[in-house]
Amino acid sequence: MTIVYVPGDSAARSVGSDAVADSIALEALTRGLDIQIIRNGSRGALWLETLVEVLTDSGRIAYGPVSSSDVTSLFDANFMNGGPHALFQGVTDEIDWLAKQDRITFKRVGIIDPLSILDYEAHGGLVGLRTAIGMTADEIVEQVTQSGLRGRGGAGFPAGIKWRTVLNTSAEKKYICCNADEGDSGTFADRMVMEGDPFMLLEGMTIAGIAVGAVEGVIYIRSEYPDAIAVMNKAIAIASKFGWLGKNVLGSSHEFTIRIRTGGGSYVCGEETAMLESIEGKRGVVRSKPPLPAIEGLFGKPTVINNVLTLATIPAVLADGADAYKARGVGRSVGTQVFQLGGNIARGGIVELAFGITLNALINNFGDGTFTGSPVRAVQIGGPLGAYLPLSSSDISMDYESLLSAGGMLGHGGIVVFDESVDMAIQAKFAMEFCAFESCGKCTPCRLGSTRGAETITKIIDGVDVEGNKRLLLDLCEVMTDGSLCAMGGLTPLPVKSAMLHFPEDFDSRNGGVR
Amino acid sequence: MQFPAWSESQALEVISRICDEPGPVLVTLQAVQTFFGYVPDAAVALIANACNVSRADVHGVLTFYHDLRTELPPEVSIHLCVAEACQSMGSREVMENSRKAFATNSSVEIRDAYCLGNCALAPAASVNGNLRGRVSAQSLVAEVAKVAMR
Repeated sequence: MTIVYVPGDSAARSVGSDAVADSIALEALTRGLDIQIIRNGSRGALWLETLVEVLTDSGRIAYGPVSSSDVTSLFDANFMNGGPHALFQGVTDEIDWLAKQDRITFKRVGIIDPLSILDYEAHGGLVGLRTAIGMTADEIVEQVTQSGLRGRGGAGFPAGIKWRTVLNTSAEKKYICCNADEGDSGTFADRMVMEGDPFMLLEGMTIAGIAVGAVEGVIYIRSEYPDAIAVMNKAIAIASKFGWLGKNVLGSSHEFTIRIRTGGGSYVCGEETAMLESIEGKRGVVRSKPPLPAIEGLFGKPTVINNVLTLATIPAVLADGADAYKARGVGRSVGTQVFQLGGNIARGGIVELAFGITLNALINNFGDGTFTGSPVRAVQIGGPLGAYLPLSSSDISMDYESLLSAGGMLGHGGIVVFDESVDMAIQAKFAMEFCAFESCGKCTPCRLGSTRGAETITKIIDGVDVEGNKRLLLDLCEVMTDGSLCAMGGLTPLPVKSAMLHFPEDFDSRNGGVR
Repeated sequence: MQFPAWSESQALEVISRICDEPGPVLVTLQAVQTFFGYVPDAAVALIANACNVSRADVHGVLTFYHDLRTELPPEVSIHLCVAEACQSMGSREVMENSRKAFATNSSVEIRDAYCLGNCALAPAASVNGNLRGRVSAQSLVAEVAKVAMR
């Protein structure tokens, strides 16, 4: 029997992987060939989707991008034995784009059958949890602190310090909340982890529970990710049946259960306190801090809130030790970053590497420039609240500190590329409109300032008192930054101001709104 | 998509299955919408009663979340991403052309989405919950025709 991998990841499905899987099954049946199709996650080379792999004596051989109309010719070319074909990509692990990465969190994604615990264990799964069970709570938190792992949702706050606060706060109940409300445009790594390696996230959350003394976990997944929700639900059921989640985690005296909450299509619920409100079933209105969620979080109880990628990295930290993780990266940005190349890019997808690669290397070496083939004009890093940077900043090192000093932020690692056709005044206006649409309404500068901001940029585009309105806009940005509780209002000025700074020509007087 | 017509007894059954959850209002609203396709006015009082909160509380949650709707959806719901990554690949034009293409088709609605997590295969859309990548107005027309065939 030959094993054929056809990704079931929703990005792969979005370009027809279901039809490819069906065609392969049908063709094999017609030809009387014995095959087993495994719907794996995606390897992250999304430009090659649908990436079909065949397990042969020389390893997994890749073909891509395959569409269902290619299937007959693949069989004719004897692809089941790695035969030559126009879509032949060679041994998957040796594809340059993948071979040059340094994967920790994405180690198993696209390789294993996402819902096979046997496959998971065969590829190093559950080693971290078993290690943690043999340690004291204090030792686990110390390992996480020593690893230097920082929150990968955007803020980059050291995970160990957060965990320590929850551990040291006594309460009759504590919670672990996984923030899977990955709303930033340009980011999809959380989704791919949940769809491609769900047990890793459950393992990370279980370790967190043991470390801080919580017996209940909640994963808050955005409704835009129906496949991720379905896979995580199945994974929880399987892990419970396996005796890993429940009263006695892997036969130990620890208890841990996990349930899923679905978002309501609100971007601001990715902000941690708005997320807590939403899990409590209320409007997703941001809370004032203090009290910190680590002290008074979900239902007023001490709560660890971490992003999917943070919790998914915990098993590797425990399994391989803090030093192995810390050995990667630059300065205070240790370990790896999961970069997500999106937008107008020829080779988009997941690039996991140690911190410190340059933006230029990511966009040109991995991304191979724009999809349209025209030159890169602007790059937005870190989602809709991140800065727009020109290509001249492409030598900056991609780490928290370097980006901050370049006037940007790394955020969740999303990189959106724009070609020459982009109008930066329109992009700045969109940033304000998005804020107006998604603001929770608590802070006036965010709720009203965003609407006034969009109006002001419209005036600039229309050539109405351009210089006066630019000054007004900058003043408004300052009020929003200083007068908003969370990043929604506080950081919306970042894309606006960076667009004005780096692309001033787009904000000059125009002839009837045309640049 | 097909949904059962509103029935108070069925609604109460759906609500009673979930209203004991901690922080029940949002999940209960979501359950009602999953069953009936929308949240009718009549459901608000039932949910308030079952969850032991005021109708104002339920109304507040119902009107906060973009997903929750108070009218039955048409046969086909297209969510077309209009966020930055898709903008860079021409989603504004796709939106304009799609609106024109479906202007006279009352069984299709097109809604803005802000990121569907398919940013490397932009522009992205979801058609009745099925994610699609590299879409155009033409590909969406073809997709809708497929849905109608089913």
